[in-house]
Amino acid sequence: MRGDFKKLSEIKLGESAVIESFTDDTMKLKLLEMGCLPGEIVTVTRFAPFGDPMAIAVADSMLSLRMSEAANVLVSIRS
Amino acid sequence: MIKRLKVSLVGNPNSGKSTLFNRLTGLNQKIANFPGVTVEKKTGSMTISSSDGSDYQIDITDLPGTYSLYPKTLEEQIPFQVLCDPTNESHPDVTVIIADGTNLKRSLFLCSQIVDLKSPAILVVNMMDQVTKSGVEINFIRLSKELGIPVIPMNARDGDGIDFLKNAIISNIPVPELDFIETALLAPEVVKAIRQSVKLNSNYVAFQIANNIDQISFFNDRQERRAQIKEILNRHGFDHSIMQATETLKRYEVISQLVKQVVKAKNAIPSKEKTFTRKLDNLLMHRFWGYFIFLAILFVIFQAVFAWAAWPMEMVDQAFTWMSIKVHDALPEGVFNDLLVEGILAGLGGVVIFIPQIVLLFTFIAILEDTGYMARVSFMMDKLLRRFGLNGRSVIPLISGVACAVPAILSARTIASWKERLITILVTPLMSCSARLPVYALLISLVIPDHKYLGIIGLQGLVLFALYLIGFIAAMGSALLMKFLVKARERSYFIMEIPVYRMPRWKNIGYTIVEKVRVFIFEAGKVIVAISVVLWVLSSSGPGDEFKQVKKQLETADVADTELQNHLAAEKLRLSYAGITGRAIEPIIEPLGFDWKIGIALITSFAAREVFVGTMSTIYSVGGNDEDIATVREKMMAEKNDKTGLPQYNLAVGWSLMLFYAFAMQCMSTMAVVRRETGNWKWPLIQFAFMGVLAYISSFIIYRILS
Repeated sequence: MRGDFKKLSEIKLGESAVIESFTDDTMKLKLLEMGCLPGEIVTVTRFAPFGDPMAIAVADSMLSLRMSEAANVLVSIRS
Repeated sequence: MIKRLKVSLVGNPNSGKSTLFNRLTGLNQKIANFPGVTVEKKTGSMTISSSDGSDYQIDITDLPGTYSLYPKTLEEQIPFQVLCDPTNESHPDVTVIIADGTNLKRSLFLCSQIVDLKSPAILVVNMMDQVTKSGVEINFIRLSKELGIPVIPMNARDGDGIDFLKNAIISNIPVPELDFIETALLAPEVVKAIRQSVKLNSNYVAFQIANNIDQISFFNDRQERRAQIKEILNRHGFDHSIMQATETLKRYEVISQLVKQVVKAKNAIPSKEKTFTRKLDNLLMHRFWGYFIFLAILFVIFQAVFAWAAWPMEMVDQAFTWMSIKVHDALPEGVFNDLLVEGILAGLGGVVIFIPQIVLLFTFIAILEDTGYMARVSFMMDKLLRRFGLNGRSVIPLISGVACAVPAILSARTIASWKERLITILVTPLMSCSARLPVYALLISLVIPDHKYLGIIGLQGLVLFALYLIGFIAAMGSALLMKFLVKARERSYFIMEIPVYRMPRWKNIGYTIVEKVRVFIFEAGKVIVAISVVLWVLSSSGPGDEFKQVKKQLETADVADTELQNHLAAEKLRLSYAGITGRAIEPIIEPLGFDWKIGIALITSFAAREVFVGTMSTIYSVGGNDEDIATVREKMMAEKNDKTGLPQYNLAVGWSLMLFYAFAMQCMSTMAVVRRETGNWKWPLIQFAFMGVLAYISSFIIYRILS
């Protein structure tokens, strides 16, 4: 099913996806601590006016991250 | 008998930690830096009387906000060092963990780590008003039982629950018995080996040591121990990134179960705060209106620091002038009198004069920070400023720098990444501050003709605008350069929480302002007074009999004969140490078109750039009066170069001098503040050298081109 994974940075505004895994170890730890756990639903809520960084809603809070950072988060879109 | 207890406050950012801290300590608080790092350390104290009549003196340390004990940034290293290392000077008797009740899961993560450290702890669940409003119920008795520590519901904003917390702190709470997760199972051999090697409170401390062996201060004086433990880790192939991830997932697994048991969402209403936040963000983070509103806010801040601060500053100035006259008249004439009035009192005046600007700027910044707007500024500006090695939040210091670099540099504290904060501090003094304005005004009127283009656009105004622009370009260019030169102490992240909008807590804002002013006066202030005294000595005393004679003549001269007085004052300055230094550096500054008179002004105006005008007045025997600027200009215009016989202040010298003042670090107050904010003299000296070289080269080039 790996083929169905997308990068979080590729998710469009307003769309939701499920966190699957991370491709960068240090960032993985940081995101895990903040509650971005595999299985959690993320919704892309906003892009900064120049398209970067992005804001996501996840586990009761709103987080911001740069596109380069979001590219390290693999998500899947489940219907 | 008074018993003393040490308490640490720890919690996620935006969990209401500082509100609780202010509630507990009131104004009994101090800000310093943690030893060795420039991370703010807030400490405070309070007394609690127990029901049996004994009094407790509680020393509270407010630890920087963090999501976990694993340090990722400089700030996050502090909670880890303080809580895991029993030899740390701030290591607490009781740890108070503050959780955001509206985001209990994430707050419990940090809490569960602290429980496993096995030292007395209390959990405070804050923001209970919002929890209740959203129809959620929390079973605190169950939560307390499962965690094995006391749990106190609280609403720190209006003080609900504070008394329960105070009682809990002094109630001699036991060490938690339960393991939240069995850390020993994650790496059994390593944990066992470390515990055999060092005496520790719990398996989890051993596990943390294994993960952070290089960071923990614990072993700083025991390097052979550190090497020994590293050897253990290598032997067992300990991979800290896998271990941390496993631990984190395990904790969240247990937390999810726990939250299911203790939290009941009866008729969950979508929180009003979140709906309101989303609506407001649609406007404040809009791709057009968002910037427009931000620009408007910046404009108001700029107005405040530039214009509104002007009249209280004028009052401070007048008050000190009045005091100087009173003190001067009250005491007998002599060196002591002069030192007191012209050295110390002038120095104190130079410190107090900044207070109106600091108060105004920090009122705005504290409001923006407290409401949650500052996080949005970061978000919107990140892409633009990242390229220059700056942070979204650098905008505030840079814009404030146009008024004055001193409050601007103090405001750079809100930038979390050390590298981005440092670069902001280093380049902010290049922005054209208001103290440069009198210098520019004098020089422009001297060398730039008063042409008008299209009837309305004046050439002089254009030059002034160009000077501001040059300052801005130099700041951004230097930032870009430093982005490659300054080494990062940690990886820069932008992963941060965007909090919901909240009403500003006026008390917190009041405390912030009081603290900023206090820190400025007591830490930067003493350096400013000291340098002021040194400058006074340099310009008021001199070697040799000639100086003494002139001084005596000046003292006995007829007060009515202003011409003689002014002449003698100029002579006195020329013969003083400052004058001698000015003449001594003439060969160095000659390639820039400067003579020794300008040399003297360069030295004296280190006190503050606008002193240039006053010094020029003295040198050209005009007297120190501000109204005489027109006369100074005439005198300077008439000045001939000794060698060429042409006017000394031609276009080339004028531009050379203006660029010099645009770039050089001619401000002792700024240097004092940079020292305080970076922790030592290294960075202000580097900054001084960098700006000096930039000024010298630019002035040299422009002088060569124009002459």
